[in-house]
Amino acid sequence: MRFDLQVIASWIEPEAKVLDLGCRTGTLLTYLTQEKSIKGTGIEIDEVAAGEAISKGLSVIHGDIYEEIEDYPDNVFDYVILSQTLQQVYDPEKLIREMLRVGKRCIVTFPNFTHLKNRFQMFFTGRAPVSKELPYEWFNTPNIRVIPIIDFRRFCAGLNIPIVREVGLLTHHHDTKGRVIRFLPNLLATFGVFMLGQAEE
Amino acid sequence: MSELTDIIDTGPSVGQVKKRTFTFGKTGEGLMLDSGRTLAPVSLAYETCGTLNEAKNNAILICHALTGDSHVAGVYEEDDPKLGWWDIMVGPGKPIDTDKYFVICSNVIGGCMGSTGPLSRNPAKDHPYGTDFPVVTIGDMVSCQRRLIDYLGIDKLQAVIGGSVGGMQVLEWSVRYPDRVCAAMPLATTTKHSAQAIAFNEVARQAIMADPKWSKGDYYETGRPEHGLAVARMVGHITYLSDESMRHKFDRKLQDRGEFSFDFEADFQVESYLRYQGNKFVDRFDANSFLYLTKAADYFNLENQYGDGSLVAAFSRAKCRYLVLSFTSDWLYPTYQSKAMVKAMKKNGLDVSFCEIEAPWGHDAFLLPNERLSALIGGFLDRVHTECVCGECHAI
Repeated sequence: MRFDLQVIASWIEPEAKVLDLGCRTGTLLTYLTQEKSIKGTGIEIDEVAAGEAISKGLSVIHGDIYEEIEDYPDNVFDYVILSQTLQQVYDPEKLIREMLRVGKRCIVTFPNFTHLKNRFQMFFTGRAPVSKELPYEWFNTPNIRVIPIIDFRRFCAGLNIPIVREVGLLTHHHDTKGRVIRFLPNLLATFGVFMLGQAEE
Repeated sequence: MSELTDIIDTGPSVGQVKKRTFTFGKTGEGLMLDSGRTLAPVSLAYETCGTLNEAKNNAILICHALTGDSHVAGVYEEDDPKLGWWDIMVGPGKPIDTDKYFVICSNVIGGCMGSTGPLSRNPAKDHPYGTDFPVVTIGDMVSCQRRLIDYLGIDKLQAVIGGSVGGMQVLEWSVRYPDRVCAAMPLATTTKHSAQAIAFNEVARQAIMADPKWSKGDYYETGRPEHGLAVARMVGHITYLSDESMRHKFDRKLQDRGEFSFDFEADFQVESYLRYQGNKFVDRFDANSFLYLTKAADYFNLENQYGDGSLVAAFSRAKCRYLVLSFTSDWLYPTYQSKAMVKAMKKNGLDVSFCEIEAPWGHDAFLLPNERLSALIGGFLDRVHTECVCGECHAI
């Protein structure tokens, strides 16, 4: 399992109710169901991935996260997860508010744009950075946003959304291994992982 | 549904099956219908495959579509070439695995494949009912099925599965008898017919009623309205296909000729195909049944029946898990109709999975071989089997 997903999994309480936005084939939900006895639901836009997740016995809705999240009643989930998708979200404020409406807390992960390597690339080559975490050129990237960890903190502060936990990770996109970065995460971490919402009891 | 499945190799079979009949209301109480009328006696033709376990919690009820029957899988005679209508899905090692599950399928009332319908003898007149048969609803069909399930000693069905009008029965089961269904799988269906769907049914009914042989439904001694019924079937059949599937299958190809005939013969392959389907249907189906069954489908309206106009309120009665499936090219029951039910289920905090399957074959897709469909049905049932046997909870 991807390292950021392992960190997310470690943050989730046993038997929680979890909504995974963009769950792909349900790797995280399967893990959480088996290891933490959670009650999980996923939303996935790709038919093949959604079909595979349902065939594994998961509850998954094939559809668009922005539309599908609207149907859930308030506070039905303990955690709502958005992993490595924020950089593609058209209206992050609206989505995060929705996540916090349907769930008590949300967990968001994203590639940290201002990681050292990206800064070097920009500085020395003068070109838009292409990295393992953000492996696209300007003309084929699905990503519409660049998110430095410190800017994400400012975004949460501006919206009065409490950050419950946060951690920087040094790993790359599909790596199952990595480490937690405590010192200067905005410079040294390739990913940011944030838990937002109500404080932990 | 159509008969495209006739030509498909379906893999391991359940083998020989037997059509049985369950009858109630011979003496005493019959069936109180939604219309307020009573029907008695009531017979249901049904078939089963697989074995009911001791706890009686591995039963799956399959509901057939508009003109289907109880013959869901296997054959009646050893050398019988005609397989059940969903043999691709039901059998040993198949997604609805008869090595694990006890599968039940019954013919709906109002039908003509062994259950009580307009073709049956009216005890008051010693003559087929014809149009004296009371109008039945999807709810009436399901309430008969419930009696059959009672009779078989099954308290709770592991799953109810069906496509199209069978899917309507699945939805009805899940809100009418919420304590008796562990999981429901409505495929290619709707909670209410659109005006377009009613319109096609009405054209089909008019074709039957315009046939002089129909004689207001009293034709059992004078000869059947075969032409009207064939046209009705042709209309229905068009709604089961798609522009793409018709283009792929027929395009504008001519039938057994190089040039137009300049008369009203079946020049095009599609004409010939529809005529063939119409004529084949006449051999096995009763015209009055067609009128009753299409009416039942048109009347079906889950939100009005159970939610005072609100689909969310209607599903507030439900307790089961759902797997809702639709097909991209199905224009009879388009995906937006499946999405509407999924939305209402979610608003009620029900455990629901949904997938829109990419398939070019139109409404009929649910009857055709499709790896995704098989994997979804098989995987969902596996999980339900585990949870239902262990009795775990089901809300989100």
